[in-house]
Parts: sequence; structure tokens; C-alpha cells
Amino acid sequence: MSLARAGAIMVKDLMSAVLLLGSYSFFLSLVWASQGAVDVAFVEAVVGAGLATVLFLLTLFGTAPKDTRLQRPPPSLITLIIFPLLGVLLLYAAKDLPGFGDPNSPASLHISPTYLEQSYQDTLTPNVVTSVLMDYRSLDTMIETVVIFTAGIACALLLRRQA
Amino acid sequence: MIRPHDSIIVQTLGRFLVPVVQIFGLYVLFFGQYGPGGGFVGGVILGTGMILSVLIFGHSGSRGQIAKKVLHADGVGMLIYAGVGGLCMIGGGEFLNYANLEIPGLETASRRSLGIVLTQIGVAIDVAVTAVSIVFSLSAEEVIEDSINV
Repeated sequence: MSLARAGAIMVKDLMSAVLLLGSYSFFLSLVWASQGAVDVAFVEAVVGAGLATVLFLLTLFGTAPKDTRLQRPPPSLITLIIFPLLGVLLLYAAKDLPGFGDPNSPASLHISPTYLEQSYQDTLTPNVVTSVLMDYRSLDTMIETVVIFTAGIACALLLRRQA
Repeated sequence: MIRPHDSIIVQTLGRFLVPVVQIFGLYVLFFGQYGPGGGFVGGVILGTGMILSVLIFGHSGSRGQIAKKVLHADGVGMLIYAGVGGLCMIGGGEFLNYANLEIPGLETASRRSLGIVLTQIGVAIDVAVTAVSIVFSLSAEEVIEDSINV
């Protein structure tokens, strides 16, 4: 997976970068599925590997062919110093995170047990993810839909040249 | 402007695949309550099916015309979602509290289940139309070049 990711950054040809990015999304969805987050894996596979790849390719076909080769300046000295430091700092902080599936972690103590126990009686929906997303957190999802709607309108206004 | 693809293999496979993709999208949309899936993924799959038909049969094909007509539905998904919320308020509860949907002969739990289905349909329509509209706006630029060249 990191091979595909590094390849997508390193490769000079934009077409192969797009395809490598799609395969990276696919591997990432396999990772989500193996962690038990099937809904997230589904979205990652459909949107990341499918739709985003198609949109990138259409953008590539829309631009001039001479733009498909990348000119990249070498990274500056500050970048080379700051980013490894940031990585070390993040790894140091990740040591204090609770373990995967830890029943005593704050995330699984606060309100998750209520959702897991009550959601079927409340909503007659076996999939807890759906009931949390569409019922308990419905206002969130509505505003997310507004965001997608706005993105579509903005794309249509910016990209469509004909009156 | 996307023209129809020349290859007969692509045409035949597309004619077979597009309905399968659409039906799978509907399945994902309505079985989001029982398995993985839901409004967002279902909408993306529905939109991808339409994008596939546009890519294979071109803008001017009959399926491309259907996809172009679908663009007029922009905002209907939002309207359904917010409308369900408004119906809940009319029923005397909070915004988007599906237990207040005024449908006779239903338990509170099945009302909430119905509310989830309705809002998921709203999300799916919105996402599908947005995906198709982005593809149309990305590929519309070449129309002008063609018209200039002609």
C-alpha cells in the first residue's frame, strides 16, 4: 500500500499517478474492511477507487497534453528538517492512544454503549452505523448533503463555460 | 463532448453492465439498514452507472440524454431530506425527529425506520445528481472547442 502511495507521489506521468492513487484507495478499503469498518471500506472503494479516478481522468483529458508532465522543484532544507520532526512527534503522541478495541478507552465509554444497545429498539435498524448516521446524527448528515450540493453547484458554475 | 465509443465489445458490455450497476446501487441504497451501505454509497453507485453510460454511449446517445434530464433534479434530494425534517416539525416534534412523522398505524420505531429510508433516498438523489453534474461540467469544455473548430 505504501508502495502505491509513494509511487503516486514520485511518478512523473500524471496518468499513472491517477491510476496508482486509485489502487491505493482500493488497498486502503481492504485495510478498513480488515479492521471491521465495512461501511467505511465500501465508501472508500466506491468513491476513492471509482468516482475520484474517473473525475481525475476526465480532468486530465480536459487539459492540454503538454500539462501532463510535472516539473517539481526539489524540497527545501526547512521541509527536510521539519517534516521528519513532525513525524517523530506524531509517533511519540500515538504511543499514548488507547489500544485498538480497548473497552476502557474514552471513545467506547461515553455514549457508544447506549447506541449499540438501544438502536434496534429505537429505530428497527440492524445496522448501527446507519441508525447513528441517519437518525441520532441526522442533522450532521443533512448539512453534509448541503456541502455536496454546494460542491456540485460550484463545479457547474466554475467549469461550465457555455451560457 | 464525449462521443460514443467505437469498440463493439465496450458497447455490448456497457449495455449489459449499466443496468446491473444501477440495480446494485438501488440494492445498496435500500439495504443500508441491514448491511453495509446507505444513501451516500448507493447514490454514488447510481451516479457512476449514469457516468458509465455517458462515457460509453456519448453525450448525444439516448442514455446521455436521460442523464442530462436527471440534472434538472438538482436540489430535489435536499428538498426531500429537509422536507422530512419539516414534516417532523409539523407532526409536533423537533426537526428531523422521525418519531413525530404523522403516519397512522405505525409504531414509533418503524416511523423512525421509515424516516431513515426517506432521508437516505434524499441523500442518494443529491449525491448521484452531483456526481453526474460534475462529470458534465468537466467534459462540457470540449463542446466549445468543437464548435469553434467547426
